[in-house]
Amino acid sequence: MTMQIADGVSLAPPEATARAHKAAARNNLRTEPRAVRIAIITLAIAFLSMFVVLPLVLVFAQAFSRGILAYLAALAEPEALAAIKLTLVVAAISVSLNLVFGLVASWAIAKFEFTGKTFLITLIDLPFSVSPVISGLVFVLLFGAQGYFGGWLRDHDIQVLFAVPGIALATTFVTFPFVARALIPLMQEQGTQEEEAAISLGASGLQTFFRVTLPNIKWGVLYGVLLCNARAMGEFGAVSVVSGHIRGETNTMPLLVEILYNEYQFVAAFAIASLLAMLALITLIAKTILERHLDEGHDASDH
Amino acid sequence: MSAIAARRRTLPGFGLTMGLTLTWLSVIILIPLAALFLRSTELSFDQFWGILSSRRTLNALRVSFGLAFAAACVNLVMGSIIVWALVRYRFPGRRIFDAIVDVPFALPTAVAGVALTSLFAEKGWLGAPLAALGIKVAFTPLGIFVAMIFIGIPFVVRTVQPVLQDLDPEIEEAAGSLGASRWQTIIRVILPSLAPALLTGLALAFARAVGEYGSVIFIAGNLPNVSEIAPLLIVIRLSEFRYADATAIAVIMLVVSFVIIFAVNRLQRWAQNRIPAH
Repeated sequence: MTMQIADGVSLAPPEATARAHKAAARNNLRTEPRAVRIAIITLAIAFLSMFVVLPLVLVFAQAFSRGILAYLAALAEPEALAAIKLTLVVAAISVSLNLVFGLVASWAIAKFEFTGKTFLITLIDLPFSVSPVISGLVFVLLFGAQGYFGGWLRDHDIQVLFAVPGIALATTFVTFPFVARALIPLMQEQGTQEEEAAISLGASGLQTFFRVTLPNIKWGVLYGVLLCNARAMGEFGAVSVVSGHIRGETNTMPLLVEILYNEYQFVAAFAIASLLAMLALITLIAKTILERHLDEGHDASDH
Repeated sequence: MSAIAARRRTLPGFGLTMGLTLTWLSVIILIPLAALFLRSTELSFDQFWGILSSRRTLNALRVSFGLAFAAACVNLVMGSIIVWALVRYRFPGRRIFDAIVDVPFALPTAVAGVALTSLFAEKGWLGAPLAALGIKVAFTPLGIFVAMIFIGIPFVVRTVQPVLQDLDPEIEEAAGSLGASRWQTIIRVILPSLAPALLTGLALAFARAVGEYGSVIFIAGNLPNVSEIAPLLIVIRLSEFRYADATAIAVIMLVVSFVIIFAVNRLQRWAQNRIPAH
């Protein structure tokens, strides 16, 4: 924030130059010699380029290494189409479940005071710190053949593991905190005054939520859904444990990337991977735009 | 205070939303995690200890925890340098590099895994020059280390960045005008203010790297006792239907994660108490 102010000073009209000189003198106490500055910037750029930019570039370079036709052919394979469809279905299920949960939980947590609130938030955050593999394992222990509900499910002929319900459950577990964590701080900051006004004017609880609260948190909702969706579509470890890798049936896009890669079908593997990489890039761009909206809302409520 | 509490209660829906929250939380998160702990109690202590002290398990845990810690330390140093460059300096492409920091968060782990493997394979863009120097990265423990560095970068950067941005410039100016050298100011004034955030970033990067699966298994080589990570051993035991083994390893890893969350929570409380509210 302070740096934005500093930028403003340097762009200020002539009458402000005296102030700018003073600021520059003060800034000398807060900066390093030119050589050090250049070394630090170079190191940061080199590190990010090597570890982050290069892998990203490589995905697209490999995907198009045999030309655009090979790329498109790889994506048109029935296996690829099935994986894309399953990924979309699973993401739709887990994002909508977590969206509803996020709205409900953030209303309870942000709009009311109660003891144990911090603990409850810690519980909601748990999936962030559980290894993806363990997130899948817990559902195997519940619904697998030797699992607690395995016998009952078999008797009733219900397939959870190695089928869409298991994949959706594991994905929901992994993406559980995203929407709630985006909304709780936002709603806490906005307080309860507007809602109280609406209620005292005779609005019902649901009317208040949809007409007052929801418009105020819409960017936060989008933000949470965006991150939740990116993780849901890209989840690998948890889904890998519960999916059973049945080709054309229970392979999501990340799982298909693994299979194709291990079969040395690099163009096909990186073609699917490039779709997921594009999803990641679009998510990041949208996230940056949304953060700007959220910051504006934040500033507006400050003044 | 009581007036506020009374007013808050005028909003409807607390019982309903809290009930739904607790129910859903239990169904999706708490009961599944409880099942894991319940399973582990079916093992006797000797069985549990036997699984954990087997050579292969110990080596997998050593690989996961050791390399995750080493990678988190690299992230701490490089993350600090990146934060400093992004917050304190102006350079072309700064905003783009700022956004790029989040790529390891957003890129699906399997995609990161295959990309890093191809990049560091013996004929890869970075693997070839490294191989010429006699350094083999892909399919060795060094590959695991590289993948863990990749996924840990955003944790340190994103925890430290806001703290450095909000740091009161006057403290540094005071130190400078009182005759402290720039280096002294950084070590004695700035570093202590950043310490809680740096430690939090280190802990988060470590926790993520310990449990990481997708971006590691492609590049790891997965040689038992050498380059086999603990999450992979869980998957292998599951595929062999050795549920007890998988459960025991998972419980140990979960307990460690919970200790880390607890430590991070304490760190953040410590940081809040140290820095007076603005």
